[in-house]
Amino acid sequence: MKRRTFLLTGAGIAGTLVVGWAVRPPATRLVAEAASLPLERGDVQLNGWLTISPEGLVTVAVPRAEMGQGVLTALPMLLAEELGCDWAAVRTAAAPIDRIYGNVEMLVDGLPFHPDEKGRAHAAGAWVVRKIGRELGLMVTGGSSSVKDAWGPLRIAGASAREMLVAAAAARFRVDPSTCRVERGWVRHASGLQASFGELAAAAAQIEPNRFPVLKSAEAFTIIGKSLPRTDVPAKVTGAARFGTDVRLPDMLHAAIRMAPAFGGDWIKFAANGAEGMPGVKAVLPVSSRAAGAARGIAVVATTWWQAKRAVDALDITWDAGPHGGMESAIIATRMREALDARRGAAYRAKGAMAAAFARANRIVEAEYAVPFLAHATMEPQNCTARVADGKVEVWVPTQAPSLVRWIAARTAGVTGHDVTVHPTLLGGGFGRRAELDLVVQAVEIARSTGGRPVQLVWSREEDMAHDMYRPAAIARLRGGVDSDGRVVAWEHFGASGSVMHSMVERIGFAPMGPDKTNAEGAADVPYEFANHKVEHALVKSAVPLGFWRSVGHSQNAYFTEAFMDELAAAAGKDPYQFRRALLAGHPRHLAVLDLAAARAGWDKPPAAGIARGIALAESFGSIVAQVAEVSLVKGEKGMAPRVHRVVCAIDCGQVIHPDIVAAQMESGVIFGLSAALFGEITVKGGAVEQRNFPDYPMVRMAGAPVVETHIVPSKAPPGGVGEPGTPPIAPAVANAVFKLTGKPVRSLPIRLA
Amino acid sequence: MLKLDINGATRSVDAAPDTPLLWVLRDHLNLTGTKYGCGVAACGACMVEVDGAAVMSCITAAGSVAGKKVRTVEGLGADQLSALQQAWIRHQVPQCGYCQSGMLIAATALLAKNPAPTDADIDGAITNICRCGTYQRIRAAIKDAAGAGKAAAAAPQAVPALALTRTLEAAKAAPGGAK
Ligand code: FES
Ligand code: FES
Repeated sequence: MKRRTFLLTGAGIAGTLVVGWAVRPPATRLVAEAASLPLERGDVQLNGWLTISPEGLVTVAVPRAEMGQGVLTALPMLLAEELGCDWAAVRTAAAPIDRIYGNVEMLVDGLPFHPDEKGRAHAAGAWVVRKIGRELGLMVTGGSSSVKDAWGPLRIAGASAREMLVAAAAARFRVDPSTCRVERGWVRHASGLQASFGELAAAAAQIEPNRFPVLKSAEAFTIIGKSLPRTDVPAKVTGAARFGTDVRLPDMLHAAIRMAPAFGGDWIKFAANGAEGMPGVKAVLPVSSRAAGAARGIAVVATTWWQAKRAVDALDITWDAGPHGGMESAIIATRMREALDARRGAAYRAKGAMAAAFARANRIVEAEYAVPFLAHATMEPQNCTARVADGKVEVWVPTQAPSLVRWIAARTAGVTGHDVTVHPTLLGGGFGRRAELDLVVQAVEIARSTGGRPVQLVWSREEDMAHDMYRPAAIARLRGGVDSDGRVVAWEHFGASGSVMHSMVERIGFAPMGPDKTNAEGAADVPYEFANHKVEHALVKSAVPLGFWRSVGHSQNAYFTEAFMDELAAAAGKDPYQFRRALLAGHPRHLAVLDLAAARAGWDKPPAAGIARGIALAESFGSIVAQVAEVSLVKGEKGMAPRVHRVVCAIDCGQVIHPDIVAAQMESGVIFGLSAALFGEITVKGGAVEQRNFPDYPMVRMAGAPVVETHIVPSKAPPGGVGEPGTPPIAPAVANAVFKLTGKPVRSLPIRLA
Repeated sequence: MLKLDINGATRSVDAAPDTPLLWVLRDHLNLTGTKYGCGVAACGACMVEVDGAAVMSCITAAGSVAGKKVRTVEGLGADQLSALQQAWIRHQVPQCGYCQSGMLIAATALLAKNPAPTDADIDGAITNICRCGTYQRIRAAIKDAAGAGKAAAAAPQAVPALALTRTLEAAKAAPGGAK
């Protein structure tokens, strides 16, 4: 595999966004070039990340989307720690669009290196990508990277501002700055002189910011590592929190839409059927841009959403079958199997001599696994509010990618990026779906014909379910050999699926190239010390648009890897936990996580009658997670079904910023992955998605929710991600428990017992 | 004109009586705390109390609640946060938060009927979907509030310090609340 190709792919994706940006990357991310923070009366801006009010209120610019993962708390904590302000004085504001807020570390994570082989090539690659990343200023929330990316810039911003405040105080006191100390928003001197941040801010702003301030050592942290109350929680218990659908503007209209059911489909003819005359209805209009993967359809604009929806339902539309009318799930699966039979694939890992190793093996196990397409089904349906007036565009949208929103809104309206203002709102769930731009395209298109009035487009749940960008369906064949002592001598993983990266790059109008790292993540980069290891993946394109779904490639590959691990352990006559341990001798962090999960679950003691335990380990997004699931079989509506009672989860995510957010994200990741493992399945027929709403795309609810216990391995390593890493291990942990209960391996998801 | 009793106030609404209560709340009255999630009584995001019972407002005609008392999430703690809202904060329940209005209404209706619910009672009463998976915290918060309710009957309730001092102010000034 050529690493350069990967880099180009990364640059190709990112390169599309250069539009409208200057050419020289900022040397650091401390001071914004173009944008300034929104200032209230008397606020003083000390660098690109914070302002201080005369009363000492500190407003921190947060460039990432709050979707429940806690960025509005964790990111300001990083800054407040170094600034030395009182935490109660901290407020947050959405960062404007500027390159300093771009997510650099997410791009670095996209480099295709095996974690054990991060040598000079990785360092060089990371250097280049960080440089490109700073240039692009890609403001994206994804890849569990928010804290990872903010770890440097926000602490530097806090420390640099503190130095400025201290210098201003020292000048005022006429003392040496090194004799001043900072205490909860005050600069104090032994002489008794003191001044508050609010008093000092204006003078401090005159001092040149130091780009390389001295940062605290971890021992000195007083905020980082504490479970402070999350700043977004109070508004979320009173109904005051504003999501995208809650945007209310003077004169605002509402829009509902019916889209072509088939992928790439279109309407042939439609009759308004009286819709135009229905109460509140202002306009019935086709929505035709296909930019950013937007589907064609007919929208109705009305005074309220319900009026718009009623009118949409009244329309009599004849749809074509689209260019892929014959497409169905079974055909896609057959194509993947054909690719696997033909062994047409890109190599992602080739270590050792496979043939010789298999020839020496005492037992060889082979298995084929399959997973279906999955929808994101964010609780808040897709929506976007737009106003197009006087050559200016304003967009209010729950987005994971505000800088891309600006770019696509400008393109759709035919204006420049400078004429577009993006107001990111809270997200009612993201999970990758809200990195997409199709809603923005549609809303701006509709808003161009409302005479300058703002319009809010909200998809019905049915439209949302059937017009997602889906987690790819995938099939993998695994082959493993064990020697007579029950040790793994060879491991082969051959997968087939579409590519999320290619699908996305194509959607935004560029030609994809090179293998997609996400297809092999969780397979090629596993920590297990296989002497002979081969991973290949065959790209099988289909008409189904693919997107980033919480944990991306790990979501299927961890299942394939970890379920097969238990099959191999069974063939070797070994305990699955010990079997994994034997493959991790040189990986102390992974061992510690696995051991912690096993110990807290009481792996060495038998579970209660009728219950079996399954274990799984997966590293993703810079964090290592092991889970033990306790499962029994219960009688469900359609025969026997697994019931998960308890999940013990251990994680090493490096330096912990906020332990309770880590725990909450593990709970969340487990439930998300469990819904997929037990119920999730999107099927395609006639080139269209068959599922419409929650009754046919069910979710884990209270009665089926296990207790999740999270245990954190203390670590001084730089922070890893937590938004996604809780998801990959749960499906295999449950599948492995079911294997133990039934004696039959679980070879496909969702889990269906015969 | 429909006359509705919402959170203790009489509101006149110019909407067809068959308009679902959800859209009357959200689009006519700008009470956006009540959410749209599915429109088919399958998720609970739209739950409101009607005469003390939790109902799905997405399938409830606004005309059918005339003369009844409707309470939305905005009416749960107008002056002071309810015991459940406080417990929700103590347990840091919400993640994205989108389902939480419905969850709080469902829990409020449960505790009104059953002040000391068992796990099975909670399983039976809380059938809403939370895509973020906050179920175990919801369970803990309900039990906590139920316990606090009992304690409050005996003595004035001790308000937990840190979380709540910022609560009311933050609920107004908070991100998302801003603008
Ligand atoms: S929106 Fe009413 S139950 Fe889902
Ligand atoms: S908190 Fe996000 S759906 Fe429940």
